[in-house]
Amino acid sequence: MLILSRKKDESIIIGENIEISVVDIKGDQVKIGIKAPRDIKVYRQEVFTAIQRENLAASKTGTELPAIDLLQQKKKSK
Amino acid sequence: MKVNTKPYGLIDVDERQHIHFPAGILGFENLRDYVLLDALQQPFYWLQSMDIHEIAFVLIEPKIFRPDYQPDVPSYELEEIQLTPDDSENTLIFSIVTIPENQEEMTANLQGPIILNRKLHMARQCISENDNWKTRHKIMEELSNIRNSVC
Repeated sequence: MLILSRKKDESIIIGENIEISVVDIKGDQVKIGIKAPRDIKVYRQEVFTAIQRENLAASKTGTELPAIDLLQQKKKSK
Repeated sequence: MKVNTKPYGLIDVDERQHIHFPAGILGFENLRDYVLLDALQQPFYWLQSMDIHEIAFVLIEPKIFRPDYQPDVPSYELEEIQLTPDDSENTLIFSIVTIPENQEEMTANLQGPIILNRKLHMARQCISENDNWKTRHKIMEELSNIRNSVC
């Protein structure tokens, strides 16, 4: 992995059209600004991974589904 | 057309049930074509891959257990399926359901909703930027919350 040191208000250019800048630093939190073309998707890594992992879990669901009786929910909770 | 499905085997499916995912589903990026089926058990649907019959997702309409559900999806994600944020007429929102052995514990993913353009039969798994929505909402608990608030 390439590691670069940057100060507040400094930035990095990736390729020709992606700019990542350090907007603010407070304690252990860094605010990052990203300028990129609209077709480049930017996600927080942990959100992306969580959804991917949940999709994998969901794909293992068996074929026996419960029936939810939306009108008579009360009966089900004994 | 005939489609080999995980829950029901080989069945006849109307062309209009074909849904194209230009970007696939996260973790399943190579699978772009699905059919949307009503499950025999309401209120669920099956999203069945047309390419691999073992891959099928259970879907639910999240409004059923979270009437206040409003995912915060960037408009550029909607553009990929040719929707605009105000085009509610053509927008359908589903959540993927995960059902563990104890079915009472089933969860719905409200952070990564499946958004469907019903006119063009295109869909995309979007990522909601609203931190209220997580990947594991317990459906039965949410339903009982609604019940309690109504009674």
